[in-house]
Amino acid sequence: MAKQATRITVNGKSHARVVEARLTLADFLRHELGLTGTHLGCEHGVCGACTVLLDGRSARSCLMFAVQANGCEITTVEGLSPNGELSVLQQAFMDNHGLQCGFCTPGMLITLTELLRENADPSEQDVREALTGNLCRCTGYAGIVKAALDAARQTRDGSGA
Amino acid sequence: MKPAPFDYHAPRQLKDAAELLASLPNARILAGGQSLVPMMNFRYVIADHLIDLGHVEDLRGIAVIDGHLRMGAMMRQHELESSPEVARHCPLLAEALRHVGHRQTRNRGTIGGSLAHADPAAELPAVCLASDAVLHLASVRGLRAVAFRDFPVGYMATALAPDEMIAAVELPIWRLGHGHGFHEFARRHGDFALAGAAALLDIGAGGVVRRAALALFGVAERPVRVDAAEAALLGKAIDRAAIRSAAAAAWLIEPISDIHAGGDYRRHLAQVLSARALGDAARRAGVEI
Amino acid sequence: MGAKHFGARVKRLEDPALLAGRGRFVDDIKLPGMLHACFVRSPHAHALLRGIDIGPALAMAGVHAVFTAADLPAPMDRMPIPMLTPNPAIAAPRTQTVLAREEVNYVGQAIAVVVAESRYLAEDAAAAIVVEYDVLTAVGDCRAGIADSAPRAHSDLASNVIARFPSAYGDIDAAFASATHVFEEVLWQHRGGGMAIETRAVLASHDAAADLLTVWSGTQTPHLGRGTLADLLDRNIESIRMIAPDVGGGFGPKAIFYPEEAAIPAAALKLGRPVKWIEDRREHFLCATQERDQYWDMAIAVDGAGKILGLRGRMLHDSGAFVPWGVIMPYIAAVTVPGPYVVPAYALETIVVLTNKVPTTPVRGAGRPQAVFAMERLLDRVARELALDRAEVRRRNFIKPEQMPYPVGLLFRDGKPLVYDSGDYPRGQQAALELAGYDSFRERQRAARDRGRLIGVGIGNYVEGTGLGPFEGVTVRVLPNGKVAVATGATSQGQGTRTTLSQIVAEQVGCRIEDIVMTVGDTAAIAQGVGAFASRQAVNAGCSAQIAGEAVRKQIVALAARTLGVDESAIDLEDGNAVATTGNKPTVPFGELARLAQGIPGVSLPAGQAAGLAHTAYYTPPQAAYCSGTHVAEVEVDHLTGGVKILNYAVAHDSGRVINPLIVDGQVQGGVAHGIGNALLEWMQYDDNAQPLTTTFADYLLPMATDVPTCAIAHVETINPLNPLGVKGAGEGGTIPAAAAIIAAIEDALSPFDVHFAETPLMPERIVAALRAAGAYEETFAA
Repeated sequence: MAKQATRITVNGKSHARVVEARLTLADFLRHELGLTGTHLGCEHGVCGACTVLLDGRSARSCLMFAVQANGCEITTVEGLSPNGELSVLQQAFMDNHGLQCGFCTPGMLITLTELLRENADPSEQDVREALTGNLCRCTGYAGIVKAALDAARQTRDGSGA
Repeated sequence: MKPAPFDYHAPRQLKDAAELLASLPNARILAGGQSLVPMMNFRYVIADHLIDLGHVEDLRGIAVIDGHLRMGAMMRQHELESSPEVARHCPLLAEALRHVGHRQTRNRGTIGGSLAHADPAAELPAVCLASDAVLHLASVRGLRAVAFRDFPVGYMATALAPDEMIAAVELPIWRLGHGHGFHEFARRHGDFALAGAAALLDIGAGGVVRRAALALFGVAERPVRVDAAEAALLGKAIDRAAIRSAAAAAWLIEPISDIHAGGDYRRHLAQVLSARALGDAARRAGVEI
Repeated sequence: MGAKHFGARVKRLEDPALLAGRGRFVDDIKLPGMLHACFVRSPHAHALLRGIDIGPALAMAGVHAVFTAADLPAPMDRMPIPMLTPNPAIAAPRTQTVLAREEVNYVGQAIAVVVAESRYLAEDAAAAIVVEYDVLTAVGDCRAGIADSAPRAHSDLASNVIARFPSAYGDIDAAFASATHVFEEVLWQHRGGGMAIETRAVLASHDAAADLLTVWSGTQTPHLGRGTLADLLDRNIESIRMIAPDVGGGFGPKAIFYPEEAAIPAAALKLGRPVKWIEDRREHFLCATQERDQYWDMAIAVDGAGKILGLRGRMLHDSGAFVPWGVIMPYIAAVTVPGPYVVPAYALETIVVLTNKVPTTPVRGAGRPQAVFAMERLLDRVARELALDRAEVRRRNFIKPEQMPYPVGLLFRDGKPLVYDSGDYPRGQQAALELAGYDSFRERQRAARDRGRLIGVGIGNYVEGTGLGPFEGVTVRVLPNGKVAVATGATSQGQGTRTTLSQIVAEQVGCRIEDIVMTVGDTAAIAQGVGAFASRQAVNAGCSAQIAGEAVRKQIVALAARTLGVDESAIDLEDGNAVATTGNKPTVPFGELARLAQGIPGVSLPAGQAAGLAHTAYYTPPQAAYCSGTHVAEVEVDHLTGGVKILNYAVAHDSGRVINPLIVDGQVQGGVAHGIGNALLEWMQYDDNAQPLTTTFADYLLPMATDVPTCAIAHVETINPLNPLGVKGAGEGGTIPAAAAIIAAIEDALSPFDVHFAETPLMPERIVAALRAAGAYEETFAA
């Protein structure tokens, strides 16, 4: 089957590549671009470990082919802290024990980035419902929810770094 | 779980998409991909060609035309969820959308894709059935309209010809002041429903039901309009007993049994959820239940 | 001395890299020339292998090799994977060969491995391979499997029963004969999985020049894995290095040695190129080991006041097709039943049965959830029948703190008599009940019922033997640049091993936590190791860190005293410096001391000076450390749909002295989430032919953020007198009693209907069926 030319912007940087049509976006990011922060946990669209922002909206990169993202802008977890410092949300995860093994964490961060952009003052229930597309087996979610509410509060107060 | 190889096509015009679908062997339409791509990753579906409709502008847009809300098939579920037109004219659809999968799947999933996939437990087909939607199907032969009642034909099977795709969905707009109700029971938030009910009620003076629609999903091979329940409500004043009696008609459906739920449980849920959906619809139409 | 780091809520050292997406999981590692593997697996639960045609695969683009059992190097071509936990009670200690030779015994068992340029191409090739099978009858249910006439799970074994053993003490017949009341229950818990979000993964690379085989594996036990691999390859242990890098969750199934951990290194050796295999989720559902799956038939004898006189019964354990971890889990379950209660007489017969499902090995809780479920449900039955409060029945039967150390009367799986070292069960239960507002619950329940809501409360208690041996080592070494290097055989799959051990070492050695450089889970860093399972690392590695840290501190102080010319008692260690407390307080940094301790080439060291500032300790526990706890669950049940919502969850948790409360709370919360899964959602279903039915995350339901409330957690610290830190394990307690507490709460919510449940997971459909049978719907649906 023929390969396809594609141009995808990832974390602000444009990448032109020729790829097989069946190469998933997740595999493209991880192996073609070496951005291994996006993880694969199920490859059937349930666990959310592969979540990225596609043109600003959260999406499962295991359920997309790289060729579909031609001309699009992707943000991965690596793009959340571009200058090397942890973002307010990332720091809140650290402060509130929002991660243990760290495998689901990039997906959690991406989904919460979208939520907090849409809703600056989410309730606990809002956060929990937003997270149903991201499974965690380690934390029991409490630290993640706390981190999200903490980050939201800090951003509202303007006291985030 | 990597998919088998395929060729990828990204037409920009509807007629090109139709051409491709008619001429390419073993070709599949790629809409949101939230149902298709998992099946391809499992290799339950092996396609030689994928036709991505993501760049076909003709398949997008929302408009109110002649008392109908017309939506392009490639409108993403989240766009419809946040659309003021949908909220205003088809509140049943707006409410149902909140139950469809998760935010990530709604960002990519489309209304056309969900209807074409025809999962028996899906919410959008039930909304279309309750609303007497009309689908506009496109192929190299042009467009044809199909009443939604005639669209699902069996288990995950529809009236789409092999070379046809959904181009647009039209929902008739119910009278302002109508009531809608939507209830589903799923094991977890966003899961496919074990059973669900979508209800619309137009209630006139004295609480008399002028028009009723009740559709069930998750309980049978395809969504079911409970005509007997609707007939029981029509022309009568609505109250708790009327709702209970109408909901009892839900027991008569032929349920499916699988590893998630047995038939009797599904019937039971159908009855419970019908009553709840009808109750909500009555309240929203202004009747105290 | 006031602890600076020990006991503090220190933020985790692991976090910054993981948060920035810079973790290093096996699939993140890329080696030059790396190839990718895909396994051909049996679609049948039981079949004879008649032939395999790999020709079509070999002809495909990008395929480098296809290996079957015959292509593997000796002895792994024929040798079954060594079992590390032998037990004379096991009649047939059957383990798998790396690739199936003549017979397959569960769906998913590996038959061949394809190695190609990419996983995509390897899967294409694997799909082209044709295997010929003679399909045999499969054993799908262990209850049927014990019959003499049952089909055989292994065609050459005369019986599916591979072990049968008693766990007993006291005069059980007298107990039952003299009892005022005897109550019986039949209980079962279904199979569930560990279901870490990262699947298994193996990457192997052979450096031919050094003849060093390096294997990265998502394992909980790299030292054990290395040893097993050395046996299977008949290689020197020192010529293999096994590394567990970042691992995305373990929970038990990653503690055992899998066939892929041998097949992939064998492929790398044969091809002379690195080979990587990343398990996909479908494979994980088929081949990663599972647990729970026990059937209990129990009777409890009590006096008129509800005091336990004895317990007896029979338990059937579905072991699956092999016994890679022996009979550890059924054994643990059998001896966990007495729990925190005085049980004067006990007699359980355990029968371990082979079936044609994937093997069962420990999954968070390791047999204890099932045992606790049995005991707690029996006590609830006693309470109900005797019209006693459920907390009061438990209070009447608790072992009192004054009775510690308390010998239960059984042998634990650690080879030692089961003797609870410490614990205050009444205080634990009281703390949990207070957190849960138990005393005012009945009022809240009545008020809710008036508003048409059915809420209920349930209690679950447990005792867990943790900190199991044989040992876990830590090396502490001060480096010439002032950093403190720590190496350990302990591993991390999210439990923060790096952080907790750093806290201990920093506390002892007097350095800053950030100056510690730690190697975790690498066989090259420390000679011997065991790894993570049975909540053992905080105890074993923690104590080794304490001992080694203390030894190094003494060395630093002695050398600093000599160097600065002061008495040892006048030396303080602070933030990586040795400071004299007298005179003008001269200081010498650790790095300089380390250089002094290295000596000068050719020059003798001063008397009393050892080489370097370093110590390796292998703490060996005398017995298990018994932690305990109480869970109180509050639920709401929609009696029309059978839907259950957990409203509140309170935990009192005793894991002895706590090294890092942040981490321990995280373990409890995470454990509870898994317990909620076991109670309400997670069921690995098989049909009667042992075909797995739930093989995706859409069918096997893990708890989501909307399913797990934030727990209220109280810490009770009864210090373990048997180890230098006074610690006990904390990783599994959150899971162990959860199902018992939640099912009890559901029953309590539905008490107007008098329905009872003795199974988990408990599905809404079952609740509705029970309510229907109890006549709950007659009024609601007057049709």
